[in-house]
Amino acid sequence: MSDATGTPLKILVLVKHVPDAQFDRHLSGPGHTIDRQDSILSELDEYAVEAALQLAESRGGPKAGNTVTALSMGPEAAASAVKKSLQMGATDGVHLTDPALAGSDSAATSLALAAAVRHLGGFDLIVTGMASTDGETSLVPSQLAERLGLPQLTLASRVELDGDGILTVRRDGEFGSQTVQAPLPALLSVTDQANEPRYPNFKSIIAAKKKKVRTLGLAEIGVSTEQVGAAGSWTRVLSAEARPPRQAGTIIKDTGDAGIRLVDFLADQKLL
Amino acid sequence: MANILVYIDTPAGEEPTKAQRELLALAAALGTPVAAVAAGSADAAAGLGAYGVTTAYTSAGDLDGLLVAGKAAFVAAAARAADAAAVLLPNTGEGKEIAARVGIKLSSGVITDATGIAPDLTVTKPVLAGSYTVAARAVHGIPVVTVKSNSVDPAEPGAGTAHVVELEAGEPGPAARITGTAAKPASGRPALQEARIVVAGGRGVDGDFGPVEELADALGAAVGASRAATDAGWIGHEAQVGQTGTTVSPQLYISAGISGAIQQKAGMQTSTVIVAVNKDEDAPVFEIADFGVVGDLATVLPQAAAEIRRRRGE
Ligand SMILES: Cc1cc2nc3c(=O)[nH]c(=O)nc-3n(C[C@H](O)[C@H](O)[C@H](O)COP(=O)(O)OP(=O)(O)OC[C@H]3O[C@@H](n4cnc5c(N)ncnc54)[C@H](O)[C@@H]3O)c2cc1C
Repeated sequence: MSDATGTPLKILVLVKHVPDAQFDRHLSGPGHTIDRQDSILSELDEYAVEAALQLAESRGGPKAGNTVTALSMGPEAAASAVKKSLQMGATDGVHLTDPALAGSDSAATSLALAAAVRHLGGFDLIVTGMASTDGETSLVPSQLAERLGLPQLTLASRVELDGDGILTVRRDGEFGSQTVQAPLPALLSVTDQANEPRYPNFKSIIAAKKKKVRTLGLAEIGVSTEQVGAAGSWTRVLSAEARPPRQAGTIIKDTGDAGIRLVDFLADQKLL
Repeated sequence: MANILVYIDTPAGEEPTKAQRELLALAAALGTPVAAVAAGSADAAAGLGAYGVTTAYTSAGDLDGLLVAGKAAFVAAAARAADAAAVLLPNTGEGKEIAARVGIKLSSGVITDATGIAPDLTVTKPVLAGSYTVAARAVHGIPVVTVKSNSVDPAEPGAGTAHVVELEAGEPGPAARITGTAAKPASGRPALQEARIVVAGGRGVDGDFGPVEELADALGAAVGASRAATDAGWIGHEAQVGQTGTTVSPQLYISAGISGAIQQKAGMQTSTVIVAVNKDEDAPVFEIADFGVVGDLATVLPQAAAEIRRRRGE
């Protein structure tokens, strides 16, 4: 635990590899799970890595003993999300992987992540993105906070950590905006408004090759195979149906009366 | 019949909002509606009886000072007190965060983004930005479901008074304290997520949301925006539609001066009818538009607004 005297911060950032949204994405297999070819570090997690790095740097960075550990849970390909985080500047990485984890819902995912956090000795701060770009449920940060008994400071668009270890963030939402505050240890999730993620440069890419990545399995974190995957999930997808692609409709060029023709269309659709 | 718990948060007035009445209608279709009322007066809670609510739980403690944790503890306590068969919450950022923690507290499956719930509590929801529709179930505990606006017809008031029960929610656990709130300025327009019609503007408005607002007001619509427009500061961030903004699913979405990037589409492509106005005929937004106008929004939108007012005899 860090305090006013500036003891180094121990930060964990959770990163996920997701199918690249620029390509068509598909559900497949008996559990209707996502195809993870063409996976990349979730765009939204880059903001989490950046926030973690900036907080560590505000305390003097790695030289002062601050650490930013990037953890990714998932199959082989998930290691690429850790690698990208290391290239951005994370100090070390953890790859939590086990075949039994496949198909975990948010409850099972947060259970495994909570166990990994305890196994790694706890952190002053856990940082996540606002949502994964594939599951889009954004449940995991809150569920992890609940399981670990941490205050959650979620959907932060601005983040400040003072010398006393008090974290203050601004949250924007449908309600307007809020300022919320909690002492560390805490869980933080950041939006795409929080910062501009840095690009790895040549030097940081070379440096990343020397950084340590630990691989953890379920047995090491004390989780049984029945607690995760489809067996440990509290929700189940029964069926999935591809939505018929939207058909392009009538496209007109404005020749002076397009506003009126637009209203004709709305009237035809009984939308007026 | 089984009790279905509906979470009712900050009422704008003393009457439930349209989104809240939708949740109440869904609860009535699935069983007996009961409510966990996180804000407002005891009278307002009792008034939910007009929408079929038999018991309205209110909190003994103040829930507003803490972020999420207090409300989650309250909803879990209400679900236990009511022996609820399901919990329904709004599909807002806060609704999902409360649902997430309630799910852990009740060892129950959480399903977000629901557009429908069948009598056997199977939930339908769009995934992957609307490219799939899935059916899902909670297979442990009771389903904790966040429901999208505009998924069902809102409940209409009848007669009746709910029995009000004050609950002691218990220790919320460590939580962040809310130290400041800036409500977004009231616009007099419907809330973006709840609106039946949304008119959204992008970089193409070039600093002037006037034409977008004029058409929105002629239609009684909410105003939305692309991230390019909110990043430019032409309109508040709360108007952003898309992957990192609000997801909307209105009956009509009018997109003006928005190219139709994948992150924008993620927030609006499940709208029933999409109309696009863009001066570039190759803009990707036209691929998903039911009706498209290749033209300048600065002339097309005001002309449409004037025509709507004319037809209404104004
Ligand atoms: C992590 C991440 C998250 C993002 N989240 C979101 C999100 O939630 N929502 C979102 O919208 N974007 C989001 N974006 C941004 C997205 O990628 C696009 O950059 C953005 O949507 C573009 O906004 P635009 O369509 O208004 O601007 P542009 O792409 O610049 O398009 C402007 C359009 O206006 C047209 N136009 C110009 N003048 C006129 C005129 N006078 N009349 C008619 N048409 C005109 C042009 O032809 C053009 O098609 C995100 C990006 C990232 C990286």
